Amino acid sequence: MPHHATLKSFALLAGLCLATPVCAAEPAATPPHHSWRFDGPLGTFDQGSLQRGFVVYDRICSTCHGMRSLTYNDLAGIGLSQKAIGDLAHSKQFPGPLDEDSQPTTRPGTPDDHFKSPFPSDAAAAAMMGGVAPPDQSRLALIKPHGADWLYAFLTGYRMPAPAGAPSAPGKFYNDWADGHLVGMPPPLVNGAVTFPDGTPATVEQQAKDVTTFLVWASDPHRNARHHIGKGVVLYLIVLLLLAYTWKKKIWKRLHGA
Amino acid sequence: MTQPITPGHQPAPPAPESTGLSGWIDQRLPIISAFKAEYIHFRMPRNLNGLWNFGAILTIVLLLMLATGTFLAMHYTPTTAEAFLSVEAIDRQLAGGWLLRAIHMVGANLFLAALYVHLFRGLYYGSYKAPRELLWLTGLLLLVMVMATAFAGYILPWGQMSYWGADVISKAVGAVPVIGGTLEHILAGGEALGDIFLHRFFVLHFILAFLVVGVVGLHVAAVHVSGSNNPLGIEPKTPKDTVPFHPYFTSKDLFGLVLFALIFALLLFFWPGLLMEADNYAPADPMHTPADIEPEWYFLPFYGMLQSIPSKFGGLLAAAGSLLVLFALPWLDRSPVRSARFRPLCRVGLIGLVVSFVLLGLVGEHHAAGGWMLLGRAALLYYYCYFLVLLPLASRIEKTRPLPASIAAAQGEG
Repeated sequence: MPHHATLKSFALLAGLCLATPVCAAEPAATPPHHSWRFDGPLGTFDQGSLQRGFVVYDRICSTCHGMRSLTYNDLAGIGLSQKAIGDLAHSKQFPGPLDEDSQPTTRPGTPDDHFKSPFPSDAAAAAMMGGVAPPDQSRLALIKPHGADWLYAFLTGYRMPAPAGAPSAPGKFYNDWADGHLVGMPPPLVNGAVTFPDGTPATVEQQAKDVTTFLVWASDPHRNARHHIGKGVVLYLIVLLLLAYTWKKKIWKRLHGA
Repeated sequence: MTQPITPGHQPAPPAPESTGLSGWIDQRLPIISAFKAEYIHFRMPRNLNGLWNFGAILTIVLLLMLATGTFLAMHYTPTTAEAFLSVEAIDRQLAGGWLLRAIHMVGANLFLAALYVHLFRGLYYGSYKAPRELLWLTGLLLLVMVMATAFAGYILPWGQMSYWGADVISKAVGAVPVIGGTLEHILAGGEALGDIFLHRFFVLHFILAFLVVGVVGLHVAAVHVSGSNNPLGIEPKTPKDTVPFHPYFTSKDLFGLVLFALIFALLLFFWPGLLMEADNYAPADPMHTPADIEPEWYFLPFYGMLQSIPSKFGGLLAAAGSLLVLFALPWLDRSPVRSARFRPLCRVGLIGLVVSFVLLGLVGEHHAAGGWMLLGRAALLYYYCYFLVLLPLASRIEKTRPLPASIAAAQGEG
């Protein structure tokens, strides 16, 4: 057993040493940068974009991708009313307790329920989706390097037909921004596939922009509040700092005056 | 002033008030007069610079960590199935939970940062020399305990970096000859890192934090016996060399604390990404090794030492030894002059030590690949040579600069 462990650890160490040069040989391209309203130390999310992005997530992404860390109540953060949240949760069916004949039942969701996962488990998801479970989207925009820019580039990066000489595989789609340029997910966004309640035309670019905003919000839902509270705290501390400095100067002057 | 001046204590504090509630308490348990003696009348060298703020800063951050940590622990579930989700729930659904957790995370980073500054100050001004050896040793004990607490704390969210960081360390322990396998098994609590391991490190994290408070008590008691060192490294001789703690150092510490709080707030509210490792927001997956396993920045120099040596056990010895050698410092450096201001050779050597420590951090970040490996070994060699060769030799060959007659004289107040 110890020998096995040692071998494994050496393999891990070797892997560690090799990892850098291998990665360096094929540099990951940086997706083109967009100036997002939510970027930077004072950025804030646009509520209209968040609500449109949620429509895209709810109608399209959530058929395959879970977002298990969020509850329906959390959607108050994108400006949905308590009634809208209650109605939305109620429209989803969750597994309920067994009935008197020990048969499984379903119940409507409540605002405290976590977003309903499209698959009963990761293993089931992998089995049904060709071996790879669609990743959970709760923190996707945070985990992916250049999260927002990458998401937008990826969602608008499908090319059909694929460029000449590009790799191909049955059941895979060409995307400029997928690892190895091939991905199992078919192009998810189509012009006009959703309608936005506020009347914004649902082009692929608009949907990509809005769902990216929603996914970045999902991975950092308190950004608006954090920036807002932060301004007050920093202002308070600056005033306090000036007072503390003045007091200290006044006290230490005594010493040199004496 | 006829009484002799002891380092920090004023000749004779006024007799305690014997009337009223405070007098009644003080006659039975002299906490009020003790507080006055140690934090109001206590004499401090008058020439302390901003680096002497960090003791107070560390105390406050420790209290902040205990307060936020207690509330985080109330909502945390230490099982492999639930840990990640319970932290997500704290961050998302618990009212104000995101703020509690952000304070705890920024606090951990800045606690280690302030500790490194505090340690450097001790090295630079020779605060480890007689009569402050026990002050130095309790401080180093605190450093080791805080590092262990930080390591245990980073495991708790059970993200990818939590899991694989723990994996690297338990494997490193497994490389100890003969007993390594057993040690690794004891540390992991089983064949794999699972529920027992996580629960154990949760308890360890919690209990170590409170043990740190106890050792801080010893550390502070020690500084109140020997008195603070100062940038000149000479003991105060007359009352003119010192000032009472209040209002001189209460006002100075307050200024330092507010400045520190401002940096804290800027990082917390506006630049959280600087200290955050995004990879740890993916749940731990034992079947999927990340391409790039990297500890938090404050462990990178030690990670660099671990990786600069091809033998795992050798790396472990080098990293552990780099801390252990600090414990012997009061007996390695025999020069009677404390402050590096008057020790030209040590001053240059110490700057080199800081450079080599930072370099080792960069080596850790680059996994000691290619040229980094050689650089890491050179920096490691220098690190040990500074303590084991340069310092012992310096006390014999170094020509120190003349010391001023007194602190007041050096400030032109003689």
